[in-house]
Amino acid sequence: MAAKRLNMRKRYEALTRGMGWETTHQPMDKVFPYDTYEGIKIKDWDKWEDPFRLAVDSYWKYQAEKDKKLYAIMDSFAQNNGQLNLSDARYINAMKLFIQGVTPLEYGAHRHYAHLGRHFRGEGARVACQMQSIDELRHAQTQIHTLSHYNKHFNGMHDPWHMSDRVWYLSVPKSYFEDAMTGGPFEFITSVSFAFEYVLTNLLFVPFMSGAAFNGDQATVTFGFSAQSDESRHMTLGLEIIKFMVEQHEDNLPIVQRFIDKHFWRAYRVLGLVAMMQDYMLPNSPMSWKAAWDIYFTENCSALFDDLGRYGLRMPKYHEVATAEAEHLSHQVWATFYNYGHAAAFHTWMPDVKKMDWLSEKYPNTFDEYYRPRFETFREMEAAGERHYINGLPQLCQVCQIPMVFTDVLNDPTMVSRRVSIHNNSKYHTCGDGCRDIFEFEPEKYIQAWLPVHQIYQGNCGGSEVSEVLDWYNFQPEDGGEYVGSADHQRWQEWKGTAESVSDDRTQAHAS
Amino acid sequence: MAINALKDYVDNDRDAVENFHGNQVVYIDWDKHRLFSGALAFPLPPSMPFAALVDELIPSVWGSHPLFKAIDWGDVEWILDDAPFSPDRAASLVENGIGHKSLLRFVTPGDNGIAGSGS
Repeated sequence: MAAKRLNMRKRYEALTRGMGWETTHQPMDKVFPYDTYEGIKIKDWDKWEDPFRLAVDSYWKYQAEKDKKLYAIMDSFAQNNGQLNLSDARYINAMKLFIQGVTPLEYGAHRHYAHLGRHFRGEGARVACQMQSIDELRHAQTQIHTLSHYNKHFNGMHDPWHMSDRVWYLSVPKSYFEDAMTGGPFEFITSVSFAFEYVLTNLLFVPFMSGAAFNGDQATVTFGFSAQSDESRHMTLGLEIIKFMVEQHEDNLPIVQRFIDKHFWRAYRVLGLVAMMQDYMLPNSPMSWKAAWDIYFTENCSALFDDLGRYGLRMPKYHEVATAEAEHLSHQVWATFYNYGHAAAFHTWMPDVKKMDWLSEKYPNTFDEYYRPRFETFREMEAAGERHYINGLPQLCQVCQIPMVFTDVLNDPTMVSRRVSIHNNSKYHTCGDGCRDIFEFEPEKYIQAWLPVHQIYQGNCGGSEVSEVLDWYNFQPEDGGEYVGSADHQRWQEWKGTAESVSDDRTQAHAS
Repeated sequence: MAINALKDYVDNDRDAVENFHGNQVVYIDWDKHRLFSGALAFPLPPSMPFAALVDELIPSVWGSHPLFKAIDWGDVEWILDDAPFSPDRAASLVENGIGHKSLLRFVTPGDNGIAGSGS
């Protein structure tokens, strides 16, 4: 009689659980030195529910099929000069930010899930992390391969790894990720698998992928789809780990809640980059940041935390601040990059009349009152030949490392939100309660922060002149500054055979 | 609370004043003028007279703001580390109580930015 076929779950258990054993040459605590010190107590690793249930043979098969399709599309995109079908060359600046800021995080995730795949005591969790580690490596690779086509035609995409390690604005995503990596394994997995990949992932991927679709970027749409089925597995892992921790021991609940509070806030701060991409960098915006926040955070996450309420978990601290900021965030971040455009490896510009009207419509409570006057002044300065750049470096938040530009939206949106903490008689400035609480819980960690502005002043970044620092970043002269008149812009006009609507915009701006 | 770590944590303040080659970091901001998105950081000699900060440094940076020329410096209110502050122009930064990582803000009463927008 033929042996009965195992169901998927049993089969997966047979393939994973048999891989662990109680060590005898060395005590288990020495073999797994990292999974207890955070205070998370696991009584029974066998209660772990495998979220992926995908063994290596089928994993390989699925991924190979997806890669085959993806690379076929990339080839045809390159052969047909797909960049010419973009809505506008301004769009590419969003992809520059993606490869500089996001792709290195994918690689970081690959490295750290590999670390977790070694260091969790339970073999079910180890296997899940190993699988995710391979996914993340593949995402980094497919992103590099897809975007390499644009690197042939546009500036600023030539050295993302080097830039990620050094550039002032890229320290924002990098420091968030390294904060998670330098926590213990439970903190990292809560941060990346839950706070980022479950709670906030749709706010990153949906805008990027629908933005790509709206702007004729078939290549990016394809890598997005290719990553999407992986992302849904990652989300499952994120939810599983949270439930597993709180079910294992009642002492875990406050620790898990603290991880969620901290990493929601840190990941949310990084998403300020996505907010400005969505509202300002996409020539055709499918959805405003505010609208995306309402759906993907306010609605979806309230439902999620209603569900998690039975475990005693509540919404992340300061989520109401993030929601109030949704009406201001993209404008404040874009204005900041516009101020420092000369020191970025992507272009910035002022929205044209049509875009400003779109912003007024999407942000009826804030845009005309607080931001339109600023942007119209910038346009006038530009028209007078005095395009505005700040001749100085910004004060940074000690935790999120973003310039201290966010305002006190709940009380007075024209006043900057600031907190100051004293540790060993020194001052540490943070951008609000979210970052202040993170600092004050572990000041010893954050006083070591590599703040790009202070590093420049300490003489560690190639020199004291801006040009020397940009050399040290490996920026090329054409990478940054104003889009209008840039090499990217000129090349685009040559391809399209147009002298484009820039001057038309200008005329409209003054006529209106 | 002390950090939770596997080994003893060395308290390493990466931005201690000794690391700035004799300078101290001073943050300066013009309230309600977000044409400059936030406060700026400057490495300044502690012995620098306050007058040099007002007469040279601030105009060299904020001078490009269209409302800057209209500032009546006699009316300007100063806020140092969240407290009202009356600077002594002839005295140095340190003598004025402006220390490492102090935040100095200037407020222009009646001028709340372009069209009152806070810019």
